[in-house]
Amino acid sequence: MEEKKKSEYLVEVKDLKEYFPVKAGFFKTIPLKAVDGVSFNIKPGETLGLVGESGCGKTTVGRTLLRLYKPTGGEFYFDGELVTDKNIHPLRKQMQMVFQDPYSSLNPRMTVEDIIGEPLDIHKLYTSKGERHDKIMHLMELVGLNAEHATRYAHEFSGGQRQRIGIARALAVDPKFIVCDEPVSALDVSIQAQVINMFEELQEKLGVAYLFIAHDLLVVHHISKRIAVMYLGRIVEIADADELNAHPIHPYTLSLLSAVPIPDPKTARESKRIVLEGDIPSPLHMPSGCPFRTRCRYATEQCAKECPELTDRGNGHMVACWVK
Amino acid sequence: MAQNYEIPTPKKRLLSLQMDPAKFEKATDEEKKQQDVMAESTTFFKDGMRRLRKNPLAVFSIIVLLLIILTMIFAPVIVPYGYDEIISVEGVRDKQAANLKPFEYSAKEQAYMEKYNVKVFPHILGTDELCRDYFIRVVYGTRVSFMVGIFAAVMVAVIGTVYGAISGYAGGRVDLIMMRIVDIIYSLPDLLIIILLSVVFKETMDFSKIPVLGKLGTNMVSMFIVFGLLYWVGMARLVRGQILTIKQNEYVLAAKSMGASSGRIIRRHILPNCLSVIIIMTAQEIPTAIFTESYLSFLGLGVSLPMPSLGSLANAARSGMQSYPLKLVFPAVAIILIVLSFNLLGDAMRDAFDPKLKN
Repeated sequence: MEEKKKSEYLVEVKDLKEYFPVKAGFFKTIPLKAVDGVSFNIKPGETLGLVGESGCGKTTVGRTLLRLYKPTGGEFYFDGELVTDKNIHPLRKQMQMVFQDPYSSLNPRMTVEDIIGEPLDIHKLYTSKGERHDKIMHLMELVGLNAEHATRYAHEFSGGQRQRIGIARALAVDPKFIVCDEPVSALDVSIQAQVINMFEELQEKLGVAYLFIAHDLLVVHHISKRIAVMYLGRIVEIADADELNAHPIHPYTLSLLSAVPIPDPKTARESKRIVLEGDIPSPLHMPSGCPFRTRCRYATEQCAKECPELTDRGNGHMVACWVK
Repeated sequence: MAQNYEIPTPKKRLLSLQMDPAKFEKATDEEKKQQDVMAESTTFFKDGMRRLRKNPLAVFSIIVLLLIILTMIFAPVIVPYGYDEIISVEGVRDKQAANLKPFEYSAKEQAYMEKYNVKVFPHILGTDELCRDYFIRVVYGTRVSFMVGIFAAVMVAVIGTVYGAISGYAGGRVDLIMMRIVDIIYSLPDLLIIILLSVVFKETMDFSKIPVLGKLGTNMVSMFIVFGLLYWVGMARLVRGQILTIKQNEYVLAAKSMGASSGRIIRRHILPNCLSVIIIMTAQEIPTAIFTESYLSFLGLGVSLPMPSLGSLANAARSGMQSYPLKLVFPAVAIILIVLSFNLLGDAMRDAFDPKLKN
């Protein structure tokens, strides 16, 4: 059973926790629970979308997976192997990241060729300069960049082109898994579509798995097979993309879905928006029980006492809510 | 009215872009090419140099510095006098050649020229009270001051950059301790330490056998040491501050996620991005060092005799200021020109290489 499970999932995250110490006076720190017990699995070549509002810990999940932060707790199995500080270096060849801001994620003093070639340099994936050059040219072609631009600097490109450079850099080591940290939210809408379609094409060609972090449900639904919804460091609902869209259960998911703009005015007028009351509670002072209960219209006394666990509601549709 | 517009029937699915692909047409090759039109590729340095060339003050100071450097290199080759050579005519010391005015010949020299009908090389800035050619002494003094300035500035740049880079990159407790050390060094009185060190070295060490340092003397050695020990703190603070901001950029995070080592991140990502600050700071450090050397020499703590420096020349001229004011003017003008040019150049470089002041 254990063996079978290992081969099925590329990425297995179990109860991942990431607390940041925040100073509260002299010699006293209190933990900021950025990620508090997140679990999910991703199959090879699959995309998991991760949505949630600003500050809910989406980015932290992605960065903790790549060990840019040291996790406070939890386990992360990559291809059946437990990831630790010791074996992370060779694993970085199989895990890569695409960053949110294409303006600050590329070094302004390096040419495109050197930016894309850097992971090759670090992992020494070539034997001659010619091989390095050929690999970089191939990558540039793969992401739709003109090979003549290899000697140019990043600031000479537009936002969309810069993001393509960032994607080519992530693909350089031929990874199996890429964390896409809001890769399109800094781009304008027409470019967003191009870049997202490119992500899909690359997945078909290369069979990479994505953890696609975004706050735009439309974008995530377009690219993902499964979607996880995060609220205050926890996953509140995780389901197949279409299932989540058609039958959302968690009240937070309902309100998120109702906030998606509808291009047709008639339908828009008829549909009701669920507007959440109040602000997100500070992750320093989490409400007792269910973190969402302060803004939930269905909140009961039970919600204040106990935190609901993720439970399967059929077909792998997992929800963390007391509502049946 | 509504009939004039074709409103597409919306699909029932909520999360669909609801676009009709038939309404789009493919971009032609020509249209695709339009995307490729870009400005000519410029590197950071080319761009900075271009702006530097546009600044008249920068061009002026570069020309002045080039002239000074050329004089420093070629004057000792052309002028037939040495900096410690007492003027002699036909192998006999010419005692009348003291304190000559610029381009003046002593009586013996005139007699010699008439006798053999030859020309003696003129004393461009006259001579000093010990019958030495003043021009060559000023040139050598400039050489010493210049060398001291550049050597000290390079030393400060290297030590300050390495220290600041480590402190800024490591952060946390390491940074805290390293910066407290900087604070302590900052509070030490530099002049006092130079004086103390030179006294100690004079007693304990003999530099006279080391080629260049021996001629400059123990005072200069202690000055270099003090520069190496004390003056880098300003540079270290500046570099640390730069690195703290550069460290926040996502490309540093990206390099980390690729598995780059700390050394590689500092070398490839962080230092190139604060290079402009380091260069500018170094350019401004040179006049500071020249000034320090000058006032130390003026106080009698400078280079050892007979090697001249601009400060010691000015100090020597002070006693005869009433009768021979020009002797004070020449080294003073040389100091002013060098310091002013370096300051202007440093200023212009800061403006040219600061991306925030672009255009």
